[in-house]
Amino acid sequence: MSAAIVLLMAAPLVAAALAVLARRHLGVQRTITAVTLAGLAATTVALALATRDGSVLASRVGDWAPGLAIVVVIDLAAAMVLLLMLVLAASALVLAALAGEDRHPLLHPLALVLVAGVSLAMVTADLFNLFVAFEVLLIASYVLLTLRAGAEQVRAGVVYVAVNLLASTLFLLGVGLLYAVTGTVALGRLAEVVADDPGALAALSLVLVAVATKAGLVPLHGWLPRAYVHASPAVTALFSGLLTKVGVFVLYRLTSLVLADVPSWAPLMLVVAGVTMVVGVLGGLGGKDVRGILSYHMVSQIGYVMVPLGLWSVGAAAAGLVYLLHNMAVKAALFLGAGAVEHLTGTGRLDRLGGLARVHPWLAVGFVVPAFALAGLPPSSGFVSKYLVVLETFRAGSYAIGAVAVVVSLFTLLSMLKILLGAFWGEAGPDVPSEGVPAPHGLPAMVALSLAFAAATVTVGLGAGWLVGLATDAARVLVDPSAYVAAVLGA
Amino acid sequence: MTAAIVVGLLVAAGTYLVLQRGIVRIALGFTLLGHAATTLMIAAGGASRRAVPFAGAGPDAADPLPQAFALTAIVISFGVTAFLLTLAFRSRDVLGDDDVEEDARSGHDVGGADT
Repeated sequence: MSAAIVLLMAAPLVAAALAVLARRHLGVQRTITAVTLAGLAATTVALALATRDGSVLASRVGDWAPGLAIVVVIDLAAAMVLLLMLVLAASALVLAALAGEDRHPLLHPLALVLVAGVSLAMVTADLFNLFVAFEVLLIASYVLLTLRAGAEQVRAGVVYVAVNLLASTLFLLGVGLLYAVTGTVALGRLAEVVADDPGALAALSLVLVAVATKAGLVPLHGWLPRAYVHASPAVTALFSGLLTKVGVFVLYRLTSLVLADVPSWAPLMLVVAGVTMVVGVLGGLGGKDVRGILSYHMVSQIGYVMVPLGLWSVGAAAAGLVYLLHNMAVKAALFLGAGAVEHLTGTGRLDRLGGLARVHPWLAVGFVVPAFALAGLPPSSGFVSKYLVVLETFRAGSYAIGAVAVVVSLFTLLSMLKILLGAFWGEAGPDVPSEGVPAPHGLPAMVALSLAFAAATVTVGLGAGWLVGLATDAARVLVDPSAYVAAVLGA
Repeated sequence: MTAAIVVGLLVAAGTYLVLQRGIVRIALGFTLLGHAATTLMIAAGGASRRAVPFAGAGPDAADPLPQAFALTAIVISFGVTAFLLTLAFRSRDVLGDDDVEEDARSGHDVGGADT
């Protein structure tokens, strides 16, 4: 079973090559992507079932000698997050197909390369391969972002590429210094050496700055809202589900293995999480178009996911995982909804929209439900996950951060209302088609997709027990990483 | 010590270039930063106290792992440089030059920029 882990990254790379060969045949490309993503999802489900009991699977790639081989490893937390990422990637590509964006012959191959990088980042067991994984997914994302290559894309692309490249260079420098100090970059071994070695901690902090940039934590978030709005709607949905969330999961992994024993880590994370929540939500309030507002909320929501890193108990880690999964799904649903709005009207600007709910009521439902879930209103996954995170802050006695989390969700609601009032309710805007005008091709399917996400968030909100149970099992492995370390060293 | 000075100079020059506005300068800056990272990688393997990594060098042979890291990093930085230069080329087509100054009119408009 554990040999299948390497397929998670190898299969999409092979599929990407095939998709390039089939660049003149859109139908073939779509089939390749669909089959690959379905196969990856099935593999991930099998791996999740195999790790359900708290075991950790590891495998040496190519069966090289221990110590030389690249080790890939998967536990329940990684399997759960990766599975949702695959679902979101598939949804974003469905949106691309419906909007006709995938007529560009490189969209499918690049999306598959992105998936390969994401998979590798989720299963890698050493820091250097993590760097490689980040590069693989970032290079795919650079090209995806600038695929339309208009003036705006080039401007946004340069900011995005420059910031991420700088972060990658820092990452590489950090890995080099860490190797110089400790003689290893394997995550399983770093745990023993880093905590009491200030030199190793200094080197690791370079890596952390890089990962925090990729995760979009304040004050390293500036690139995110600037870049994401200029990608096409489907690409934004793809990035939103996969890119920053990989950085977030890596921070969970690093906390689990290395940083939980470092005394200054927990208070630092609480401060960063609080500032990220506040700055993100205030940025969102000033936005003037749908995806611009949503991009700032992405930053704000990442703050919530970071809170458990500063509390670090089984309950907190479980709350964090639930929040991460909820946020990935809801954010992708909102970007899908925004994509449908732009497909219908050609714009996401609030001053050009209005009254959409009268013309396309189901489109409005598909956006409003995830929007309220983002703000944390019951009965949605947002309420459950926010409740869990705030509960854990109070349990740990960190009342201040709990209060910040509650206040920030009020502001989140305010900006969601701004989108709802600007785009869906009120007078019809100049770019909104009047009633009776036939909907553009693909819109009903887009609406169905976002309604499916809306149904999912409500279902999870009503029956969260099983998800919380699953996340608690996954969190046990994260908080006590002895099984992970044993699996990596014994692979 | 030589490696440390080389890395310092490369990082300084690279950082200066990356902070410029033209994409070609940014690309050159990242090339220098990439060289700095490679040099640091090699130095991290203890290059100063080890022999060349040839067969028969015995226990003093250089640590192969950082060299493998460096090779991988060089390949990646080559790919990224190629992309940045393509972006510069594309920028000349759509913006007139490779200078990416902030456009005050741009705002967050995502609709009208297609070419």
